[in-house]
Order: sequence, then structure tokens, then C-alpha cells
Amino acid sequence: MAFMLGLGAYRTRNGPVLNAALPLSMSEMSWQLTDHRKRAVRSADWIGRPTMVFFGFTWCPDVCPTTLSDISGWLEELGPDADRLNIALISVDPDRDTPDVLAEYVANFDPRIAGLTGTASQIAQAAADFSVSYRKVPRDGDDYTMDHTAGVFLFYPDGGIASIIDFHEDRRFAVPKIRRALS
Amino acid sequence: MKQLFLAATLSLTASAAFACETVTVGDLSVAHGWSKVTIGAGRPGVFYVSISNAGATDDALVGISTPAAGMPMLHETVLKDGVASMPHAMSIPVPAGQSVQLSPGGYHGMLMGLTAALKEGDSFPVTLSFEKAGEVTVNVEVLSLRAEGPDCADAEQ
Repeated sequence: MAFMLGLGAYRTRNGPVLNAALPLSMSEMSWQLTDHRKRAVRSADWIGRPTMVFFGFTWCPDVCPTTLSDISGWLEELGPDADRLNIALISVDPDRDTPDVLAEYVANFDPRIAGLTGTASQIAQAAADFSVSYRKVPRDGDDYTMDHTAGVFLFYPDGGIASIIDFHEDRRFAVPKIRRALS
Repeated sequence: MKQLFLAATLSLTASAAFACETVTVGDLSVAHGWSKVTIGAGRPGVFYVSISNAGATDDALVGISTPAAGMPMLHETVLKDGVASMPHAMSIPVPAGQSVQLSPGGYHGMLMGLTAALKEGDSFPVTLSFEKAGEVTVNVEVLSLRAEGPDCADAEQ
């Protein structure tokens, strides 16, 4: 029931979703990435614990630090209950976001948040599994930025999608969604 | 007791004093200029600020400049079908009698070509150019990457 409510809210707030983009269940995913401590992580590793994940990149000046600040605030409010969560930022910019770069970046936020990256094809696989879209946008010179899906995905311990927290969603709505995924 | 509370408030806001200053130009007040730490100078910095227009004439923020960055630009974070993009904003309306926030997740200044990494506690000037009111310079306080805004007694965060 929480599953249905979560999705209903997501669709209503964003209007009609043309490509009905929803992540697969974690058990149907097949991605493999490397975390900021250079350890391999596979989708199957996350089954058994609730999961909170979003896509971004460390050159992002506004959306990504804002989301990470939001997540850090939610974790503070949840306290030790949140220790059970798998929590990760998956980079959509593997050319610049190496594990070392991610390690330096995530150190600015809650230590429970991991940074994941991989080869371009590994990132493409993860994005497909989560139904996330991303796109490189050139700027002057060699510079570029990335457009990317900005929501935070929540999964139950069995790997099923619990809900999606919209970008910059009010804490009063976000924290109960996380509690549902934890229960 | 009231005095104790006041003292505590003052000590909390002291560290963000720069960001809490209000400067005015014509009918416009500009306050709460803040930024976030950057890791190195290669990543873009960000600039947030509050602008209010007490006058009867619409105005618009049309540009920013700062010695801290070679290419500062105005941007807006836009969400479409859940995908965030950051288009360049040619101008940001400041309608008569209204306030506008450059704040996380919305309008913001993007500071490309930083001359040095932005460190917590640093401050630097940013000059805002308005279509009608002209130019005004604010001091911008660098807060942590986790910050949600300066702790000002009058903050509209």
C-alpha cells in the first residue's frame, strides 16, 4: 500500500509521466560499480537492507550539494534508525568522478553516504536499471555540465521500490517516506 | 532570561555577519549573500542572495561580476519530468513590491573560472547589475557544502 501511495504522489506532482520511468526492483537490476573506497558494489549487495540512492555529479554547483545537504538533514533526524540504510550517490559523470574525487566530495556530508562510479557503460547500465536519464551539456571550451534525474529513490529491504523523494522535497514529507522504507 | 537568549542569538549570527548585511540601491535591498565551499578551483562555485524591491517599478537582475571568478553567470535550476537542468538565465525579474531569492534549487549565480578554491569562512564581493537600479556590491560569505543558508535574524530561508 505504501508502494502505491508513493508512486501516486510522484505522478501527481509531476503531471503525466510520458516514459513512466520507474526503477526495476533491486533483484532485477544488474549493475556493478565501484565505491569511493574503491570496493566493487553490485545491485545484489544491497538486498536485505533498505536503500536510498540518487544520481548526480560532483561538479554540480546547486542540485547535488543541495540534495546531499537534504539527505544529511534527514539522516540526522532519523538518527541511528538510518544506520541500516544503504545510501549512495551514483555519479553520471564518470570521466571526472573517480573514486578518489568522490571520496573527497562525500567527506563533506554524512559519513553514511557512499559515492559510486564506474566505466561509462557501467554507469549506463545503472541508469537503465533505475530508469534514470542523464545527458552531457557542453559549455564554453572543453567545459560541460550534466542534466540528470534529480529524485531520491527509496527501496525496501527486499529490493522493491518504496517511493521517490522529489528534488528539495520538504522534510515533513521526506522523512516519513524513509521511515516507511525502513519498516 | 530574555537577555541570555539574545546573547546566544548574537553569538550564533556573528560568524555570518557579512552575509547578514543589507545594502540598498534605489528601491532595492540586497542581503544574505552566501556561497558554498568548493573542492579545488576547477569546480564552479555558487552564489545565493535575497533581493527585495520596495518600489513601484519592476526591475530585473541582469548580471553579476566578482573578482573571485572569471566567468560568473546567472542560472536557474529547472526540473522537467524529474530531470534537473541548469539553463542560463538572461535576467531574473524583481517585480515591484516583491522579493526574489537566489536560493538552492532555484535561481543561482554560477561562478565559473574561480581564481581560487572557496574555503569556509572566506568572503568575497559580488556586484549585481540591475536593469534600472544600476549596480550594487554585496559581501558574500562562504559557508560549508552542507549549509542551507546564513543564520541571520531576518533571514527568509
